[in-house]
Amino acid sequence: MSLEPVKQVTGRAVFIPGADIDTDRIIPARFMKCVTFDGLGEFAFYDVRFNPDTGEKTDHPLNDPRFSGASILLAGVNFGCGSSREHAPQSLRKYGFRGVIAESFAEIFYGNSTTLAMPCVMADVADITKLRDAVEADPALEVTIDVEALEVRASNGIRFAVRMPESAREALVSGRWDPIQELLDNNTAIAAKAAELYAI
Amino acid sequence: MGKSLFQKVWDSHRVGTLADGRTQLFIGTHLIHEVTSPQAFGMLRDLGLKVKYPQRTFATVDHIVPTVDQDAPQDPLAAEMMAALRKNADDFGITYFDLASGKQGIVHVVGPEQGITQPGTTIACGDSHTATHGAFGAIAFGIGTTQVRDVLATQTLALEALKVRRIEVNGDLRPGVYAKDVILHIIRLLGAKGGIGFAYEYAGDVFDRMSMEERMTVCNMSIEGGARCGYVNPDAKTVAYLHGRPYVDMTDFDATAARWLSFASDADAVYDDIVRIDAGEIEPTVTWGISPDHGIAISETIPDPAKAASAAEKATIEEALAYMKLPPGAPIKGVKVDVAFIGSCTNGRISDFREVAKFIVGHKVAPGVQAIVVPGSQIVAIQAEQEGLDKIFTAAGFEWRGAGCSMCLAMNPDKLVGDQLCASSSNRNFKGRQGSPTGRTVLMSPVMVAAAAVRGEIADAREVFQLRS
Ligand code: SF4
Repeated sequence: MSLEPVKQVTGRAVFIPGADIDTDRIIPARFMKCVTFDGLGEFAFYDVRFNPDTGEKTDHPLNDPRFSGASILLAGVNFGCGSSREHAPQSLRKYGFRGVIAESFAEIFYGNSTTLAMPCVMADVADITKLRDAVEADPALEVTIDVEALEVRASNGIRFAVRMPESAREALVSGRWDPIQELLDNNTAIAAKAAELYAI
Repeated sequence: MGKSLFQKVWDSHRVGTLADGRTQLFIGTHLIHEVTSPQAFGMLRDLGLKVKYPQRTFATVDHIVPTVDQDAPQDPLAAEMMAALRKNADDFGITYFDLASGKQGIVHVVGPEQGITQPGTTIACGDSHTATHGAFGAIAFGIGTTQVRDVLATQTLALEALKVRRIEVNGDLRPGVYAKDVILHIIRLLGAKGGIGFAYEYAGDVFDRMSMEERMTVCNMSIEGGARCGYVNPDAKTVAYLHGRPYVDMTDFDATAARWLSFASDADAVYDDIVRIDAGEIEPTVTWGISPDHGIAISETIPDPAKAASAAEKATIEEALAYMKLPPGAPIKGVKVDVAFIGSCTNGRISDFREVAKFIVGHKVAPGVQAIVVPGSQIVAIQAEQEGLDKIFTAAGFEWRGAGCSMCLAMNPDKLVGDQLCASSSNRNFKGRQGSPTGRTVLMSPVMVAAAAVRGEIADAREVFQLRS
């Protein structure tokens, strides 16, 4: 299976405030009643985008027309914590996000996102704040997450280093972000383990 | 140099190293449920793949099952998800503990109950509370749906090794302090993201003395501390619990037990970190905010943003209190509750119900409080009914329900309404977790939930039930 290498992603950015944004917040559980991931995009951040009593749009950044069409998500610490639901990164991806820049990520969310070819990079809070201010001043700013060089660049000249585990970086830039083929290829070794440990 | 259980299990299950440097790890046991598996089967069909070892995957239905009339989901989406699981299990030859089996329940209750969960194995499930199974000395962790596909197709996963933090709790727990309080206390100390990158090894007197069910309560919430898995080393209790369970091979059980025990961490194992906690300082603990590390002892007051140590902490407290509608600086005791929920994969086991039943005889749920008790599995339900526990609960004004996830999350009819406040024995107090976007959750032990139900407000179970402290 040959996959498209993900060396960089570029787009306009939107900042979503708050620490510990959990996957229940990204996609509330009631929208997980589905047997496919199609159509999850419209429910991303639903409960904070719409007033629970009136159903009206809130002042959430995703409702702000200035940020419509943004495909890079900026966030704080421990983004994606909580439930392991892949529905969360799937809904972000289907909403149109192509990459996430945050101070830190929860692990399961991180792995799920990498497997969906949605790079998640970690940056210092000062850099995120600087980029957030710039994007808020000029929402048309083009932001690039350069996975290969591990840096973020914006069209106004902002540039800073970011971090990601080498295995995730390697998987993305070499087009191996979905490991299924490689896992299948080791069939003989798998059979040997199955026999050794589980007598199957 | 000795090895920890994590290292032993990891090393023994390593199939190879992938090009990106990750380990290809063999997954001994795979558990699936209706929410995170249908899309994985869809991917499998798209790729034209089969389930490699169907005998190593076990299915049950839990999240969407109604607890009033289990068999009759009114919701067409729920019915569709159940039908999908039935079909996938049939098409691929997977054992399915369905509603008619008498063995259905929350996946993390069913696995141990059936003896599917065993020491020295790797266990994966598309659910973050898979860490529960670590109570048996297994390396058990939650995975995403694409990874569910990987396990179905290859019985392996691409993973990076974790560091290991040993958390030792020594000394005696005070009366009225339960396993739930121990883990809430640990999460409070180490933070909701303190465990990122780690497996937690729970060790010391307190865990040695705990029953298997109490160990499950602790391991269950590892993920709430950021740790993808948590475990307790297997010992005589582990072996005794598993003896004779349906999926335990009883031919030459002694040899099996010896092999299980050999996975326990060596005395000279090396850890990446060690944390020591004195059991005597743990009090009945409740949450006040919107993250499981927002915990305080029942005797403490709700944090005051004015006294926060940093601007970030101040903002966190303000956000949490605005959502929870709680006054800063006031005692947590006395906060009015609308709903009391005893159940979930954290605290929906027979020992939880026996413990609560001991205290509520002669008490009544306060007027205006809806109190529900939800067994973690059909087997737990039957056992409790045989012991007459359901009668004790209903006499005290609790509703006795059928098995399922119920009010732990909002995927079945059990939901909070508006900004109701729920005293809950579950594991997550995130915004909107219990089904209403403004619903409020206060996590605590089942006995503390019972005390809150009886008083109609958050209360100290030691006072309500006259426990010696
Ligand atoms: S009881 Fe709650 S935490 Fe446990 S599996 Fe069900 S929904 Fe998840």
